[in-house]
Amino acid sequence: MNPGSAILLALAVPLTGAVLISRTGFSPNLREGVTLTTAGVLFALVASLFGEVFAGARPEVVLFQMLPGLNIAFKVEPLGMVFAGVASFLWLVTSIYSIGYMRGHNEKNQTRFYAFFAIALSAAMGVAFAGNMLTLFIFYEILTLSTFPLVTHSGSSAAKRSGRIYLGLLLGTSIGLQLIAIIWTWTLTGTLDFQAGGILEGKAAKGVIGVLLALYVFGIGKTALMPFHRWLPAAMVAPTPVSALLHAVAVVKAGVFTVLKVTVYIFGVDFLAELGVSDWLQYIAAATILIATLVAMTQNNLKAMLAYSTISQLSYIVLGAMLVNEISIVGGGMHLVMHAFAKITLFFCAGAIMVTLHKTEISDMKGIGRTMPITCAAFLIASLSIIGLPPFGGMWGKWYLALGALEADKLVMVGVLMLSSLLSMTYLLPVPLRAFFSKPIAGEELPEGIKEAPWPCLLAIAITSASILLLFFFSGPILAMLQLIFTR
Amino acid sequence: MIAANLPILQVIAPLLSAPLCVLLRRPGAAWAFALAVTWASFAIALTLLSQVLESGPISYEIGGWAAPFGIEYRVDMISAFVLVIVSAIGSAIMLFARHSVASEIRRERIYLFYAMYLLCLSGLLGIAITGDTFNLFVFLEISSLSSYVLISLGQDKRALTAAFRYLVMGAIGATFYIIGVGLMYMMTGTLNIADLAVRLPAVASTTTILAALAFLTVGISLKLALFPLHAWLPGAYAYAPSMVTAFMAATATKVAVYILIRILFTIFGGVDVMAGMHVGVILTGLAVIAMFAASTTAIFQPNLKRMLAYSSVAQIGYIILGISFASETGLAGGIIHLFNHAVTKSALFMVMGCVVLRVGSVNIRAFDGLGARMPLTMAAFVIAGLSLIGIPLTVGFISKWYLILAALEKGWWPIAVVVVLSSLLAVIYVWRVVEAAYFRPAAADAPEISEAPASMLIALWLMTGASVYFGVDATRTLDVALGAAKLLLVDRI
Repeated sequence: MNPGSAILLALAVPLTGAVLISRTGFSPNLREGVTLTTAGVLFALVASLFGEVFAGARPEVVLFQMLPGLNIAFKVEPLGMVFAGVASFLWLVTSIYSIGYMRGHNEKNQTRFYAFFAIALSAAMGVAFAGNMLTLFIFYEILTLSTFPLVTHSGSSAAKRSGRIYLGLLLGTSIGLQLIAIIWTWTLTGTLDFQAGGILEGKAAKGVIGVLLALYVFGIGKTALMPFHRWLPAAMVAPTPVSALLHAVAVVKAGVFTVLKVTVYIFGVDFLAELGVSDWLQYIAAATILIATLVAMTQNNLKAMLAYSTISQLSYIVLGAMLVNEISIVGGGMHLVMHAFAKITLFFCAGAIMVTLHKTEISDMKGIGRTMPITCAAFLIASLSIIGLPPFGGMWGKWYLALGALEADKLVMVGVLMLSSLLSMTYLLPVPLRAFFSKPIAGEELPEGIKEAPWPCLLAIAITSASILLLFFFSGPILAMLQLIFTR
Repeated sequence: MIAANLPILQVIAPLLSAPLCVLLRRPGAAWAFALAVTWASFAIALTLLSQVLESGPISYEIGGWAAPFGIEYRVDMISAFVLVIVSAIGSAIMLFARHSVASEIRRERIYLFYAMYLLCLSGLLGIAITGDTFNLFVFLEISSLSSYVLISLGQDKRALTAAFRYLVMGAIGATFYIIGVGLMYMMTGTLNIADLAVRLPAVASTTTILAALAFLTVGISLKLALFPLHAWLPGAYAYAPSMVTAFMAATATKVAVYILIRILFTIFGGVDVMAGMHVGVILTGLAVIAMFAASTTAIFQPNLKRMLAYSSVAQIGYIILGISFASETGLAGGIIHLFNHAVTKSALFMVMGCVVLRVGSVNIRAFDGLGARMPLTMAAFVIAGLSLIGIPLTVGFISKWYLILAALEKGWWPIAVVVVLSSLLAVIYVWRVVEAAYFRPAAADAPEISEAPASMLIALWLMTGASVYFGVDATRTLDVALGAAKLLLVDRI
């Protein structure tokens, strides 16, 4: 297929899926069939682009002109390819998982849920393939708005309150900071295209570049960089598949992906490194990493703990971007992939426990390993991957990030990475360890024998945890793809 | 024959149709007749715009009398654009009007209502097309007097006080305007806009002309409800019949903005009024305050028509802000927002009209649970609301883009910050309604209601669709706005 049409189809297929889903609400089986087919077709489309991009092609397509001189245009480059690949693959897995979860949990309005989910994925593809900053911004905002009904799915007053925080912070930062940065870039350069080596070099004084960078980094609120992180724990009020795919993969990764993209293609790595205006942002990222880790240690609600863990892990990638060298950017990209697989597994497990045993608090999860051994083992694998131990994929992200920090001569950042890894053991490992080794809480009846989540949930968990292992041994293609960012 | 006389037909068709409407008497017949007339004038406006885009400004001498003895009608890019805005909204609203008017106006008055509406429309169109300052005053009075009547026909008793307030303020505004015109006539001996533009620079430093500028600016600022001269607007919009509010909000203030643009950039085009006489900085300041004060006030309004009225005051602030930059980008931003705000706000007020028809109230509590009970109406509210905030792929985003761009081009980054902060205030007042409609359950004793009638929904979705369509592909509207800005600032013809 013509790569240009593959790009447009990658946007159109989930949208078409959303329409079909909303029309097939009368038959849940048919509706879920549509979801699975859509996700499968999307992944096939994205995969079809992989080879081309790997061979050095940069397929692009201009949709139409929106403003004089500014097009809605798409261009696939290695970073976007990796993000799109991860998001579309994990959507397929999440779709399987959702079937078990949503039915097992008797959620209401499932048709609306699946439809908005598909729209959100279309927006994520738009972010991944955007050829200029205006296009990226538009899809970034669509992603925010299409996930709002998912976050507030239950319609309760807690959901409404969380929805306000979600929308307020994400719209506030994107309109209040990012949009200004984009228009400012436009006035300085007369283009918003993503170009190798950036577009800002020589266009403005150092001070202006510094302010612009800060506007971008804080304006991309989806990175959950402190102090604009509150929306992510708030979003945990959503059903678990949403937390899993959107708030561990699609939405948050769209944020850090945008930061990487802006660093590489708007500012240019060499240009930023030369100016040194990103140094102080490294410390903001480091502070977010450590503070969020500490907060995660205090959480008793499993999903809340995972949310703070995500905040911390996202800032790894921001740190990678702000270290501004080729290895650290590649490290950021690697961590984007590895963390996605590990964190989605953790959320899947959290959801499985909630559906099967109706437990949400960590302190209540003692001894459940005997009832849900597969889930708890998967949780252990994913935890070890997040911590960064071999033989799990998560090691590679940290590895290259640490190399990047050394390359930038920032020994202290290596220290931050190591410290955070150590601390993350203290909040992640107790969950599976207690599940396996503690006695069940006295007076509480756990089901006799093994009782796992519905099989679609289990299948999804198996796929992602197997991927974590495979990614350790077969990370080569992803690494090679990311290194293409800097091959001119 | 017809093609050559389009400029006069644009005004005369609705003007003469008004008395014919009175003769028809029957509500249905009056409505159908007014509908046909408004759509015809929309077609004329579109033809005029395409003629102007093709072959430049059109000058038309009424009765063959050349200026300065006769009255000249002059259609250039900006007047043609305003004609299209007014007639487009005017004709879409006629679709909406039938059920809305039938439920809000006493049956025996309906034919008079449509007659007044046609008068108002012809007045607004006349303002945009005339090239003569005194003729402009006449049309200003035609549109104003008819709009006082239209507002006072509101169901609520308070409509009468609101209309009276508007009458007093509007009369002061018009008087100021005519005083300004008189002073200019005293010094230049002409009422023709093009002639004034040529003769004014020679006498610009006189106190008389300075006074004329002050009278004109303040007078028109009253009509366009620039903060702090906006006090008449919230009441008038809140208590007028729904259809009138939607029409007025989208057209009356926009046409007044057009007059201000004409005064500042055509009549005083050869004089450095914006920087030299500090009009620019005054307008910038007032616009910024309007954007903040009015948006903040809007947040606390329980009556949603009143909330949207305050939002209009804020949006007028955006338009004036663009104008006050006196740069091509800024002026284009102001002009494009004339159009963008017109379609967005008319859609929002049409939603109010639908809700009044079915629920009977526009209090925020009346919106509880409406998301499920009137899904199409509330979906339109969400989309138009997003446009008000300035979310990408809506027209509001295009306006914000140009206003921020203009501010940054001048290096006035605090103004850019102000623009985005004020649009974040819009998030709050729009989302208040969204939460009520989608998160609050309907009151237990809420009556069973159905979706609004098809004709109203069609008009509503026409405007909602336009707020999206021209936000996705803004090149067409921007070509006109940028062309008009260039014409006013650079070519000066």
